[in-house]
Amino acid sequence: MVQAQAVRQLSYIQAVNEAIRQEMERDETVIVMGEDIAGGGDREDKQDAWGGPMRLTKGLVGDFGRQRIRDTPISEAGFVGAGVGAAASGLRPVVDLMYVSFFGVCADQITNNAAKIHYMFGGKVNIPLTIMTGIGAGTGSAAQHSETLYSIFTHFPGLKCVVPSDPYTAKGLMIAAIRDNDPVIVFNNRQLMGIRFDVDVPEEAYEVEIGKSNIAKEGTDVTLVGIGYTTKVCLDAAAELEAQGHSAEVLDLLSLSPMDDEAILESVQKTRKIVIVDEDYPRCSIASDISALVAEQAFDYLDAPPRRVNPPHAPVPYSRPLEALWVPNKDTVVEAALGVLE
Amino acid sequence: MTTHSTMNKDTLLWMYSTMVTIRRFEEQSRREADAGKLRGMHSSIGQEAVPTGISAHLRDNDFVLGTHRSHHHCIAKGVDINEMMAELLGKATGTNSGKGGTMHIADINKGMLGANGVVGSNIPVATGVGLSAKVRGTDQVSVVFFGDGASSQGVLHESMNLASIWKLPVLFVCENNRYAESTPFEFTVAGGSISNRAAGYDIPGVSVDGQSVLEMFEVGGEAVARARRGDGPTLIEAQTYRYHGHFGADDPLGYRSEEEQEYYMDRDCIKQLTAHIIENGFAGEDDLQSLDEKALAAIAEAVRFADESPFPDDADLMTDVYNTYA
Ligand SMILES: Cc1ncc(C[n+]2csc(CCOP(=O)(O)OP(=O)(O)O)c2C)c(N)n1
Ligand SMILES: [Mg+2]
Repeated sequence: MVQAQAVRQLSYIQAVNEAIRQEMERDETVIVMGEDIAGGGDREDKQDAWGGPMRLTKGLVGDFGRQRIRDTPISEAGFVGAGVGAAASGLRPVVDLMYVSFFGVCADQITNNAAKIHYMFGGKVNIPLTIMTGIGAGTGSAAQHSETLYSIFTHFPGLKCVVPSDPYTAKGLMIAAIRDNDPVIVFNNRQLMGIRFDVDVPEEAYEVEIGKSNIAKEGTDVTLVGIGYTTKVCLDAAAELEAQGHSAEVLDLLSLSPMDDEAILESVQKTRKIVIVDEDYPRCSIASDISALVAEQAFDYLDAPPRRVNPPHAPVPYSRPLEALWVPNKDTVVEAALGVLE
Repeated sequence: MTTHSTMNKDTLLWMYSTMVTIRRFEEQSRREADAGKLRGMHSSIGQEAVPTGISAHLRDNDFVLGTHRSHHHCIAKGVDINEMMAELLGKATGTNSGKGGTMHIADINKGMLGANGVVGSNIPVATGVGLSAKVRGTDQVSVVFFGDGASSQGVLHESMNLASIWKLPVLFVCENNRYAESTPFEFTVAGGSISNRAAGYDIPGVSVDGQSVLEMFEVGGEAVARARRGDGPTLIEAQTYRYHGHFGADDPLGYRSEEEQEYYMDRDCIKQLTAHIIENGFAGEDDLQSLDEKALAAIAEAVRFADESPFPDDADLMTDVYNTYA
């Protein structure tokens, strides 16, 4: 297949960075808080020494200053909670929670305050807060730095959850999250930050609509649902299946809450088979949720039971060969797809 | 491990060997990381004296809890370096059977109750370990190390309060190495002192030169004795310095000055102890050199052991999630 080169290639990291920059330029109530998002403290000659955990915020302090780019102490309960308060009172904060596993430190602020204030206060107070957080295994970082955990947040009414899959969606979803009047959590998979994508990232600001999925590849025989990094895994698997004579459709979920139920059902009505590939733990997962959706609402269309591909019900191991077994990969997806294709 | 709680020649040479072993271990770990055998680690080089001076007073059945930067805590507590190196390489013979890696090394038989990758997370756990010793009526003590960055976590404050009202045998040991990643500690610690915060919880707060193992030894001895007597916790702020980058990949000169680095490296803990031992005639240069060689040989053996060890079996992915699960 000959593909045209993307017109404007950015890395995932550059795409997120550009999204934040453009929103900060557009709206002066946007501020960013987090650990080492600039770095160097108040040393004038050392500004921007770090630029964020994955360099997502590199360069912003030079343009927007310390008033709006705020390096915090390592106090997640404090600064995530402060993000809620700032959002309730006129700012549009972006808070960086370095790795999602640290949400435990500040869970109360997210689940009891950010998620519930709008409802509990009768819809009279908005929390336009964006939390961005790093997820994903495959980097040798062991059990406390490798989780995805997005299903936990999806569980809570009041929170919106999005998982970009490439630089284009990373930019568009970040902008949409910042502009949204509800709290939105953006889950950025770290493996995607090290991959070169041949996708066009327009220079002007744009939104990828929260709540909408995208058909990343059309097909007729089986639907593969991907979330973030697993969308890439699904695309690789689809290519392999294609070579074996099976046409797989890849649905890039992008948004977990709200979720694009309609697109999932539509695709499965066409292909009659579905494999959901999810990097989160298997119990109470997004894969389980979609599996239930399809079983309830598209049962009559199904030629095979819905199939879930998740990691096992175990924490992420450190040792490289074990970690490789833990993360869903092309082979496990192909195997699952062949299973439903018979 | 027997304690080295009396300051004499034996203790000095144990401290020397321990600090040199830590340094050589970290240098080797860096080489292993550069060779791609592990994917990065937080080096403790520069901070060897802090756990060494304190662990001199600890028994195998006392507890130490650490951080993401804990290789020095482990070695000072007597954890086997062969098993540590195997753990770094993800091998089945590692301290954690390859499941934990550099940020989670633990060895319960040596009282090392684990490094921890979540900043501040171990502080209340250590408080509970102190509670356990108290309720069980032993004179064990619990030592938790944490960074200047971690001192801003709420759990430190909750834990100091708990340990104080319950008079628990806990040492809260802050290794103030001046930085959390690239952030200087003055930028995030109001009032510029961590040890001062002890006053609010009615416990002793001591600031000590963490580059001097002799001072660490003295302050550690008092705090351990106080804990064993049942008089409660102590907060120790050890002024120290990490010589390398936060995780290895970063260039520390991006956020600190060469002069500052030189200032601390001139006061290197191993250099200082060497001078003390030689000047006071506790041992000669030859003696120290033979200890250096022993440390190097032990590290070489650790690498050989780790390299020759197998990776875990695939089936190990699912073992030890629970004891029983049916
Ligand atoms: C709860 C939590 N927040 C953030 C991090 C990311 N992180 C790892 S180490 C570190 C800096 C820790 O600084 P300090 O406590 O001074 O320890 P040092 O690295 O200097 O030993 C940060 C922010 C983390 N691991 N856990
Ligand atoms: Mg520090």
